[in-house]
Amino acid sequence: MSYVSEDTIAAVATAMSPAGIGIVRISGPDAVRAADLVYRSPKGKTKLSEVPSHTIHYGTINDQDGQVIDEVLVSVMRAPRSYTAEDTVEINCHGGVLAVRRVLDTVIACSDRIPVRLAEPGEFTKRAFLNGRVDLSRAEAVMDLIEAKNDYALKNSVSQVRGSLYEKITTLRSQILYQIAHIEASLDDPEHLDYSSHIEELGESVGEWIRQIRHLIDTAEDGRLASEGIRTVIVGKPNAGKSSLLNLMLGEERAIVTDIAGTTRDVLTETINLQGITLLITDTAGIRQTDDRVEKIGVERAKESASGADLLLWIVDSSAPLDENDSQICSLLEGRPAIILLNKSDLDTVVEESNIRSLFENKEEGRSIPVLSFSAKQKTGFDELVGMLKDMFFRGKLSWNDEVVITNMRHCSLLQRSEESLKRVKESIDSRMSEDFFSIDLMDAYEALGGIIGEEIGDDLADEIFSRFCMGK
Amino acid sequence: MIEEHVDVVVVGAGHAGCEAALACARLGLETVIFTMSVESIAMMPCNPHIGGSSKGHLVREIDALGGEMAKCIDRTFLQSKMLNQSKGPAVHSLRAQADKAAYSSLMRHTLEKQEHLQIRQQEVTQIVTDENNNLTGIMTISGTLWHCSAAILCTGTYLNARCIYGDVNVATGPNGTQAATFLTDSLKEHGIEMYRFKTGTPARMDGKTIDYSKMTRQDGDIPVVPFSFETDPASVQIEQMPVYLTHTNEETHKILRENLDRSPLFSGQIKGTGPRYCPSIEDKVVRFADKPSHQVFVEPQGRDTNEMYIDGMSSSMPEDVQIRMYRTVPGLENARIVKMAYAIEYDCINALQLEPTFEFKKIHGLYSGGQFNGSSGYEEAAAQGLYAGINAAMKILGRERLFIDRSEGYIGVLVDDLITKENHEPYRMMTSRAEYRLLLRQDNAELRLLEKGYRCGLVSEERYQRFLKKKQQIREEIERVKLLRIGAGAATQQCLTQLGSTRLSTSSTMAELIRRPELDYRSLSPLDPDRPDLPFDVQEEVNIEIKYEGYIIRQEKQVEQFRRMEEKKIPEDLDYDQVPSLRNEARQKLKNVRPSSIGQASRVMGVNPADVSVLMVYLKGRNRL
Repeated sequence: MSYVSEDTIAAVATAMSPAGIGIVRISGPDAVRAADLVYRSPKGKTKLSEVPSHTIHYGTINDQDGQVIDEVLVSVMRAPRSYTAEDTVEINCHGGVLAVRRVLDTVIACSDRIPVRLAEPGEFTKRAFLNGRVDLSRAEAVMDLIEAKNDYALKNSVSQVRGSLYEKITTLRSQILYQIAHIEASLDDPEHLDYSSHIEELGESVGEWIRQIRHLIDTAEDGRLASEGIRTVIVGKPNAGKSSLLNLMLGEERAIVTDIAGTTRDVLTETINLQGITLLITDTAGIRQTDDRVEKIGVERAKESASGADLLLWIVDSSAPLDENDSQICSLLEGRPAIILLNKSDLDTVVEESNIRSLFENKEEGRSIPVLSFSAKQKTGFDELVGMLKDMFFRGKLSWNDEVVITNMRHCSLLQRSEESLKRVKESIDSRMSEDFFSIDLMDAYEALGGIIGEEIGDDLADEIFSRFCMGK
Repeated sequence: MIEEHVDVVVVGAGHAGCEAALACARLGLETVIFTMSVESIAMMPCNPHIGGSSKGHLVREIDALGGEMAKCIDRTFLQSKMLNQSKGPAVHSLRAQADKAAYSSLMRHTLEKQEHLQIRQQEVTQIVTDENNNLTGIMTISGTLWHCSAAILCTGTYLNARCIYGDVNVATGPNGTQAATFLTDSLKEHGIEMYRFKTGTPARMDGKTIDYSKMTRQDGDIPVVPFSFETDPASVQIEQMPVYLTHTNEETHKILRENLDRSPLFSGQIKGTGPRYCPSIEDKVVRFADKPSHQVFVEPQGRDTNEMYIDGMSSSMPEDVQIRMYRTVPGLENARIVKMAYAIEYDCINALQLEPTFEFKKIHGLYSGGQFNGSSGYEEAAAQGLYAGINAAMKILGRERLFIDRSEGYIGVLVDDLITKENHEPYRMMTSRAEYRLLLRQDNAELRLLEKGYRCGLVSEERYQRFLKKKQQIREEIERVKLLRIGAGAATQQCLTQLGSTRLSTSSTMAELIRRPELDYRSLSPLDPDRPDLPFDVQEEVNIEIKYEGYIIRQEKQVEQFRRMEEKKIPEDLDYDQVPSLRNEARQKLKNVRPSSIGQASRVMGVNPADVSVLMVYLKGRNRL
């Protein structure tokens, strides 16, 4: 028996890391037609729906306005001879990670014409399995995968939704739920409650909700919704110049910079984009043995941040001799991508590259970490730093967890779904439909928003009705 | 010991029991219905209504399946209204005031006349099973053993019932009847898990002591629409009785607030879980403290009695508080109480123990329906009784079970909610519980369910043929108006202007015009000279199907998706402990509910989409899906 999928799904099928190529996979009954909406062959004549199975085609992916997103190679594999045993299109993108994401965005954005939704974690594998492409012995592995990925996505979807966003969505939801409850209570008990006099007011609220959700979608597209990027941590002794480096990268004064050692007591995180590479950059309190309680907390946190980092930037004050604290920092660097910056090259330097390298217990590791001469004050060495980052990124030495991207896109598509539902509410109000029609769409918006903060509907509505509205009898 | 042999035993003759017994007997099974008192058959011990929002839908569905409630109320109502008429057709709902005594006696007489059915006034005390947990019979209080193939428990609020107000706490059933005190223990011995629920009812007043001049009179609709599709509309155009509206005030609330400590509800004497949608007046005053006033409807209970029902003021306060608080209400200043308001506690079951057929998972041949299943309301009870009765009969007759899913009827929603979700208060039908409600309208109940009733054998051939004709007329007329072109000529424009609509710029179809908010099928008849002469209900159906086509199509698409998950069945013998990667919470919940399909599994609280995926992969891996 073959498992027939109802819908077509798409996702990035490669890890969001290495340079160059990333693959966007579309699978399901409408995969080829969906790809045709965004694919354009060099002469504009080739239709993917007309090409033979298992062929590869050069072309471009264009958005709805015809703008070229990326140059691509597209392979078409028809059911059942594909990974999922469904019609599958794989788009090989060349323009780096951002392009891969934009291609996926473009495919999903066409879903008003041909419905394609973002794949759930592990969904390609699940389909492959259900269609008998993965053998029985792997069944349990697949289940583990779904469970693990889901757990991760769920944890992230809550933890990554920053405080203010969480609040915004919770507020929106409670406003929507109140209106649904009011409508439903009045439909259930029309002799006690009447809603029709509130419709105009609801129309205004819906307009406002749509504006707020649109704003969230726009900011989400800037990558601010969930922390997505290379988690970069700046480490170094107090007053080595960590905050100055951060400010240099940000191009503005953000962290408090003084000459007094230990001024940065908290952990600051900023998102910056350096020529297409997104860094989530964290400035930490200087690491050194300390008895000051406040500072101690900062130091602990810094160590914690460093341990979860995708990239460490160690900034060393080359005008002061190395000590015990430097060896400690050195141990943080082991086993992860890092760049060492010898700061204050404008002053008399007492620390050389070789001094640093000799600190490493593992000599090979000590040799492989790049060291740069640098002056935050005179802004020398900064271009080299950016060049080095790019090089590491495109060589695949830097990567970040792709689940973050998936979560972020999930948020976006849920926001879009709630926006669409609310637009339908508006249409119904405008065409003078009664409230029992649009409460269904309100509920859909409520449900979609709940998905972002990991909440199911359960008994919410009944609870709201009974607690807010006094039902008759 | 006396031994008797029947096919089906029905325990309880309330709204659930009557439907269950009638269904079985009508299908030719020898049936006995037990009641604590023949005088309380189909009694309405609480409010005097049949129908109301979403409940009216249930009554229509009962009718489409061949049940009795709709026909009975059509012949015994005092007043009738179609609620929510200004809203969409999906939430239009019939609600009638019943002549309680007439309703009860007509239903009793219907049972008496029914072939294959005997009525017995006796308490059932035990269920009897064999070593394989098959039901073999029931035992009465006198020790008589009734052998049977199936028993249907419809004990309503009678099991270990206690009626409470103030310090009065007595072991009586609803409306002063005798409680049933033995059956609970027998059920527990058979491993059935019991709950204790609570509900309440307001006082009844002596009509001649009420001053109606201080209240607002409310009359019924003219013309009246009958509940049953088989009732001749002409027969329900009778003289109706009015209902009166009045209000509580600050004085009422003050008396209640000052005496809260004397309420058994707040003192903790009442332990059962009460329904939040049906709060007592003291509960309303506490929970909605900012409301200065609550509506009170004073409603007749029958043509041959002046007893009036004080709707909106149920209570379990002591007698002196009740008298004082009722007398603060305009029109009730000198009113005399006939029956005190009271709260009632009773035993019922956790319905997760039931199969989708309402047969107990643990005991084959034992079924249950109605308030015993943890619901509330006459209509919910009747619908369940009919459903359980049909399914018991189908099993005995070796025929295909009756199945109604959430997209086919409110009954489907009711059944699925009861057996899937844990209910901590009496379950009441609500229109918001039906996710496909645009399809589940009261007007199309026959179109949705009559076929099923016919297949079960409760709908006559004659009615079925009439129905097929109606269905065809609807289909043909929809086709016709979709193709009918309306030119933009002067006559058309004049007609549209007259109807308050905008002019046509180019020609259009009749269907397009019907979709305009200010127009409908009937008002457009002047533009449609060749329109066939069709019955009212056919015209109504055509109008709705065309006017709301966009919404209907959208819901139908959702239903398609929903059905695909319902069709994926989970084997009955699945051992959830063997499913790896299932979260513990989900495993426990699934073991408890034992859903019959992937769709049902996804509705179990505490089971998330990933759990469902895991389950699907597991079943598929063993070629069991």
